[in-house]
Amino acid sequence: MRRVVVTGLGLVTPLGTGVDHVWQQLLAGRSGIRPIQNFDISDLPSKIGGQPPLGDLADGGFNPTDWMEAKDQRKNDRFILYGMAAAQQAIEDAGWQPKDTESLERTGVMIGSGIGGLETIYDGAITVATRGPRKLSPFFIPAVLINLVSGQVSIRYGFKGPNHAVVTACSTGAHAIGDAARMIMLDDADVMIAGGAEAAVSRIGLAGFCASRALSTSYNDDPQSASRPWDKGRDGFVMGEGAGVVVLEEYEHALQRGAPIYAEVTGYGMSGDAHHVTAPPEDGNGGYRAMQAALKRAGLQPGDIDYINAHGTSTPLGDAIELGAVKRLFGDEVKDLAMSSTKSAIGHLLGAAGAVEAIFCVLAIRDGVVPPTLNLNEPDPVAEGVDLVPHEAKEKKVRCALSNSFGFGGTNASLILSALD
Amino acid sequence: MTMSDVAERVKKIVVEHLGVEEAKVTEDASFIDDLGADSLDTVELVMAFEEEFGCEIPDDAAEKIVTVKDAIAFIQENA
Repeated sequence: MRRVVVTGLGLVTPLGTGVDHVWQQLLAGRSGIRPIQNFDISDLPSKIGGQPPLGDLADGGFNPTDWMEAKDQRKNDRFILYGMAAAQQAIEDAGWQPKDTESLERTGVMIGSGIGGLETIYDGAITVATRGPRKLSPFFIPAVLINLVSGQVSIRYGFKGPNHAVVTACSTGAHAIGDAARMIMLDDADVMIAGGAEAAVSRIGLAGFCASRALSTSYNDDPQSASRPWDKGRDGFVMGEGAGVVVLEEYEHALQRGAPIYAEVTGYGMSGDAHHVTAPPEDGNGGYRAMQAALKRAGLQPGDIDYINAHGTSTPLGDAIELGAVKRLFGDEVKDLAMSSTKSAIGHLLGAAGAVEAIFCVLAIRDGVVPPTLNLNEPDPVAEGVDLVPHEAKEKKVRCALSNSFGFGGTNASLILSALD
Repeated sequence: MTMSDVAERVKKIVVEHLGVEEAKVTEDASFIDDLGADSLDTVELVMAFEEEFGCEIPDDAAEKIVTVKDAIAFIQENA
């Protein structure tokens, strides 16, 4: 099988825009969770979220016109804008903007989303209901379709290889990277732009997750402490939005053009719970098998993994179940492991989460430091014997990092990223 | 509405929606051939004219609005 490496990174997150900025903020223990101020939350039980702060890129801010012409912004939901921004960063980072036909035909795009253009659908429904169908924008459908991040990136850069998009709820980003890597392994492409984008922090998005009782509601007055994976006081996840995109590239291809190589995608495992639409089974069997499958694909043993970026959303049930599965899989080796949840700092980016968190794994490998789990004041008893990197980032040599992502519908994905030999 | 008032408002909408320089929006300019619009852009432009001038532009009439001048003429007669 052909080897696949990561040669470009791009991030839009509640901690800011731009890989270096976000990583510095994350390692400094900052939180991107804030009170929501841009829409009415008065009647919603959860009033907080993680939204990319607006501002100049030089300060780590998000400025829409840096990434998309003003005239095109109203033709695209915000998740597409975020995806385009992360993709542009990753493509520029990788230095991959070919002009020749062969290279363009051998470059594909695979950027998914969990929900797609939710807020635009909400607005469109109101338009149709109150003003009639003739008032709906001709761009309504292409503004909301999940595969339109891939479509727009392909059109902007002329990439004519596989044009695909993953939709697996909160494991979208991880599945997108894993599936895209396989396309390169199987010789469908030499380069894939892969990741996830999400923009569901909206009135209807918040209402929906509140209705399913998934969100934190006890920390509205202290937003930065609301996302607290494995802490006894956790009470649900905090919604976040943004995008993470990587450039994946066949190893020899990257070597030949002298591209910067961050890490290798060595493992990818998938499983289904076959259990319940929103809850994982008590024994964490699905997550366990996804991790096991990723290790098998990578030809690694649990003891080879130095760092796990957990799914760890800060829900009472999910956090404990994932940790239980890790403990069973790793056995005694768990004592040498560092495991953290960066959702403690940025919230849950749903379909973008897996891609953003895979990028954090890549950076942990590059810099020999693992990001912290914020707000872990009183660990759940299940955390006994596991280094969950509370409060502060920690220096640690990371050769192999595993990233877990689990989604509604009982879908699980684990990615393993490794330092290049 | 005076002719020049309509023309000015039409041109303003075209500039905003198509992101083109004002100088390019001459009365003879074709939305698709000269101003870079695609078929969806022209649908949206017609909707924006309807909104601005409080009129309805039926599909068969909309199809005949190809240039800036066509839009101004239709609105002048019907709004």
